[in-house]
Amino acid sequence: MEAATVDKIRVTTRGGLEIDVEQRGSGPDLVWFHGLVGLAPTEPALDLLARTFTVHAPIWPGFGSIETEERIEDMLDFALLGWDIVDALALDTPIVVGHSFGAMIAAEMACLANRDLDELVLIAPYGLWRDDLPLPDPFAQLPFELTELFFADPEANATKLVDSGVDLGSDEGLAEFMVRNSRRLGTAGKIMFPIPNRRLSKRLYRLEVPTSIIMAGSDHLVVEGYGAAWAQAVPHAEVVTIEGAGHLINLEAPEVLATAITDLLHR
Amino acid sequence: MVNFCWFNLMPWPDLPDDFREKNRSVWVDIPNTLFDPERANAVYHEYMDQLEFAEELGFDGIGVNEHHQNGYGIMPSPNIIAAGLARRTSKAALCVIGNSIALYNPPIRVAEEFAMLDVISGGRLVAGFPVGTSMDTNFCYGQIPALTRDKYAEAHDLIRRAWSEEEPFAFDGKYNQLRYVNCWPKPIQKPRPPVYIPGGGSLETWDFCLDNDYNYSYLSFNGHKAGKKLMDGYWERVAERDVDDAPGRAAFAQIICVADNDAEAEKLYAEHLLYFFNRCLHVHPGFADAPGYRTVKTIKAGVLSQVRKENQKLFTNLTWKDLVEGGFVIAGGPDTVREQTETMIKDLRLGTIFALMHMGNMPDEKTRFSTQLFAEKVMPQLKNLWPDYTDDDRWWPKPLAGRVEPELGVAHARRPAIKPEAD
Repeated sequence: MEAATVDKIRVTTRGGLEIDVEQRGSGPDLVWFHGLVGLAPTEPALDLLARTFTVHAPIWPGFGSIETEERIEDMLDFALLGWDIVDALALDTPIVVGHSFGAMIAAEMACLANRDLDELVLIAPYGLWRDDLPLPDPFAQLPFELTELFFADPEANATKLVDSGVDLGSDEGLAEFMVRNSRRLGTAGKIMFPIPNRRLSKRLYRLEVPTSIIMAGSDHLVVEGYGAAWAQAVPHAEVVTIEGAGHLINLEAPEVLATAITDLLHR
Repeated sequence: MVNFCWFNLMPWPDLPDDFREKNRSVWVDIPNTLFDPERANAVYHEYMDQLEFAEELGFDGIGVNEHHQNGYGIMPSPNIIAAGLARRTSKAALCVIGNSIALYNPPIRVAEEFAMLDVISGGRLVAGFPVGTSMDTNFCYGQIPALTRDKYAEAHDLIRRAWSEEEPFAFDGKYNQLRYVNCWPKPIQKPRPPVYIPGGGSLETWDFCLDNDYNYSYLSFNGHKAGKKLMDGYWERVAERDVDDAPGRAAFAQIICVADNDAEAEKLYAEHLLYFFNRCLHVHPGFADAPGYRTVKTIKAGVLSQVRKENQKLFTNLTWKDLVEGGFVIAGGPDTVREQTETMIKDLRLGTIFALMHMGNMPDEKTRFSTQLFAEKVMPQLKNLWPDYTDDDRWWPKPLAGRVEPELGVAHARRPAIKPEAD
């Protein structure tokens, strides 16, 4: 598959935060809010979506070269930052797609301003909690354990997590992974620690835009059973499961994922 | 003046031999079926008796601390232990090192309870304000790692103001909003009890101590040899900041075991120390450092081998020789212990020693034997290692002169009522 041309831009939100954004493709605007590991060095799922959409993929502070932001402390801060980014990109009612922790924010954004987006897609979303089905704790994992939780087939996919040339087995690679992981999960922890439930469920009634939810069939983090919880919480949503893929479905099954998103968006 | 504080971590003494093989962590998710409440009745009293015994022998202070959900130390509330000690001791400083102030909602609770302890004890409190381990603070008590230090800083400001302000005030914090803060009771010691900050080696912690005239306490189990480099860094910072370098600015925790001679020390204490190092410190590395709890710099300095898959079931079995030669432990006959402790105090420039003399599953009689030898044959010769600072008590309690000294027996408390005369 041919990779799309990626434009890397930096925008300043009206709140004064600098945000890096990767842009690719052409067509209707689609904002992609990444998950727990940020944007990977290559994102084939986004390359595929770029054939149909203009994909804007902002990088949350703490997940890329911009340090974590002290002013962003809680769920409302993240959701408003999401809208500030949409404003800074001058987008008008875009499609909003969120993955994992980014889906938790995207859902909150849609509840806050449900007339400001065209459609919503949540992929392996965090944000709900079932007492009868507690989720594994991503914050108490060693690097190798986390890798095993991220993928259905960690052996085949772990290298996609790190920049080319850095080997997780080497001290250098391991140290780099731990530093990045600490920044990323430290930031995500503001809305996910110790339990990724910031009472989104009581606001989901506001979600009136067309909504699709894509679950990963072999997700070891947002485990089986949460698809049903989302279906119950958002009755009008279309919920599909992609079998054989883990939580980082964007890296493990990019083609299937991109096709599913395009189909669900009825384009 | 060197202050010796006898410290009890209060470990659970009955972790099974195969504890490490069968369990991933002594902290956070340790099976709580290993805790036996009936057995703990004896354990708590034994440990508290030992703390009282230490006062009897002339230790300057007795020390307790706070940890949660673990077999390493069964003291989630050190204030409860200190309250018991306040009634049964009358001279020693009560060193509560300390209360994890980010965990109290609202932290005015700490201002109140510490004030109660200071008042009941007649001004004998040393107030410790730790950030708390990641195990305790994040995994057991659910605080958000990236916000823990911010919350700690706010709690600190609130407690200090609560102790000092003389009018009710409103506190509009990020984590605590209180319309009427009005600390009642307030501590005896003015302007406040001495404050000790247990910390690692970050510049921020050192500056925080120096800005507020707090004691910096380095509490690790790696011993004085490993601690030298870090304490050198602290004293360099003290010099850079152009404040005086009184030894009272520094405290250090050290495991100490005394016997009649060096060989006997190994015979008596080795198994209990190995119990401590091999079982009580068996913490799942994933709990040791929640993402966001530490700074990037500290992570880079960490030990990578602990997090590798291939090393997870490889346990290092420390030997007595490792512990003694590495300086983890100061152990031996009185001469050996005196010599090494003196070197430690001078090399690290210490005003307070937290003497860890009960370790692991050490039985009561051995603990008392070691403690008594230290008190009689080691401590007296080391008290005056800082002749220039004999009168410098800035980091030690100043008890009330006419304080109530509670009866050590029960007779006074249980004396029969006599009908009072009307005035």
